[in-house]
Amino acid sequence: MIEGFVSVGPADPTSGDVMPTTPDPAFAGRTYPAGPVHTVSAAKIVEFARATGATSALHTDAEAARGAGHADVVAPPTFLVSLAQATEAQYIEDPDSGIDFSRVVHGEESFTLHRPVVAGDRLVPTLTVEAIRAAGGHAMVTTRVDLADEAGTEVAAVRSMLVVRGD
Amino acid sequence: MTTTPAAPADLSGLTVGQELARTRHEISRDTLVRYAGASGDFNPIHYNDAVAEQAGLPGVIAHGMLTMGTAITGLLDAIADPAAVRAYSTRFTNPIPVPATGSVALEVVAVVGAIDEAAGTARVDLTAQVDGTKVLGRARATLALPAAPADGSAEQGAA
Repeated sequence: MIEGFVSVGPADPTSGDVMPTTPDPAFAGRTYPAGPVHTVSAAKIVEFARATGATSALHTDAEAARGAGHADVVAPPTFLVSLAQATEAQYIEDPDSGIDFSRVVHGEESFTLHRPVVAGDRLVPTLTVEAIRAAGGHAMVTTRVDLADEAGTEVAAVRSMLVVRGD
Repeated sequence: MTTTPAAPADLSGLTVGQELARTRHEISRDTLVRYAGASGDFNPIHYNDAVAEQAGLPGVIAHGMLTMGTAITGLLDAIADPAAVRAYSTRFTNPIPVPATGSVALEVVAVVGAIDEAAGTARVDLTAQVDGTKVLGRARATLALPAAPADGSAEQGAA
């Protein structure tokens, strides 16, 4: 059962500023400033496709991709994880967040793609910390990275849930 | 990857329960290194046994995102159009330990779970396991189906 989250800092009265030792619930609902713009790289699409065993020529051959109606090579469906995780770092790696990365286990991930992502796309990422919950002595942190083009049109969204193991 | 069947599935003629792909993917430490480079995820639990064990793991484990990215490739080959994917989600149910030598086999089956004609999409459910242990839970992809032509004539799915 998912219960309400209570954060308890270290009980050392002699310490100065108390760093949170569990994910600080104050971050829930926070949206970070958008950007910077990221240009999707054809070379990284090729490398990612190879690394995951995606063999379609649409990932590696720009002529084949254009023949199929795309502007350039097409990214595999999970390709945006790199940009998403780089954006999530604003929160995950913030010392004030209270997330001990050595205790983190990846719980869930989801991608919503409004259209195929292709090399040359210029995407603007925006991070939101959607929820911080407690369950069974662990914390579950859910983030969402929205990816829009420079005109502001939504292109994709990447949601990630991390489990921060308790003691 | 070993795949059956070989001919691209016709996206305009899918039926619920249809098996689209059954594939086997070998994962070795080499695979983890290449994925780390490709994705930028350099978490040492994916290449350093001592660090993995200190984190309470049995040893080096595969990136969950490597598993997720690899698991859909059988389906992508079966439909011959990676651009048709509109959503893909999963839970990570069990880690995949990867030994220092040799490899483990990720076995994936992709089955049509539902078809939404009004929305023009199909949901494909993936089951993924290593040595009988389920590694992905509720793994599902949403495919955009080809639009029917206005005159109602049948059309082959995109090759």
